Amino acid sequence: MTEFLLAVGAFVLATVALGLIRVLRGPADADRMMAPQLLGTGGIAALLLLGAATGMPGAIDVALTLTLLAAFASVAFVKGASEPAEPEPDEGGGG
Amino acid sequence: MSLLLDIFTVVAVSLGAVFFLAGAVGLLRFPDTLTRLHALTKADNVGLGLIVLGLLPQTERPLAAVKLIVAWLLVQLASGTVSQLIARTARRTEPPA
Repeated sequence: MTEFLLAVGAFVLATVALGLIRVLRGPADADRMMAPQLLGTGGIAALLLLGAATGMPGAIDVALTLTLLAAFASVAFVKGASEPAEPEPDEGGGG
Repeated sequence: MSLLLDIFTVVAVSLGAVFFLAGAVGLLRFPDTLTRLHALTKADNVGLGLIVLGLLPQTERPLAAVKLIVAWLLVQLASGTVSQLIARTARRTEPPA
């Protein structure tokens, strides 16, 4: 069972590596941002599989942290990509 | 009984991996930005959901099982919100082709 879980974890990571090609080919910025999103989710899946296979409860906590980081990475991209001239409605006078 | 659980785990986790593959292939081969976004979020959320479902019987302590479910819910929340933001950016930067 453990080998099976590790094998599926490796397969998920290989799939994510396949998805990262989109970063090279993606015409629009939004396409390039999807691959890290997939990398985040794939990394979480691999971490959960690793935690279950090796019986380490810590890996699940690491996966939770990675979830937050993946979300923040995408939000940072969106904030960066939107034109700074037009202020966000909720930002008020913020530059 | 544990054999039944193992079989359930093997089936659910491999289905989740298949959905991951579908997400990555969809990300590469779909023509338009928004269709890629659809393929990406649908596939990896369902993939992760099935993997978490498959891992639930493997956890020794109930706390780990709760953490697995919380991780999946957090990914659902984050991925849903982020997809809307990415779609808005994609729509705003290039006019509808």
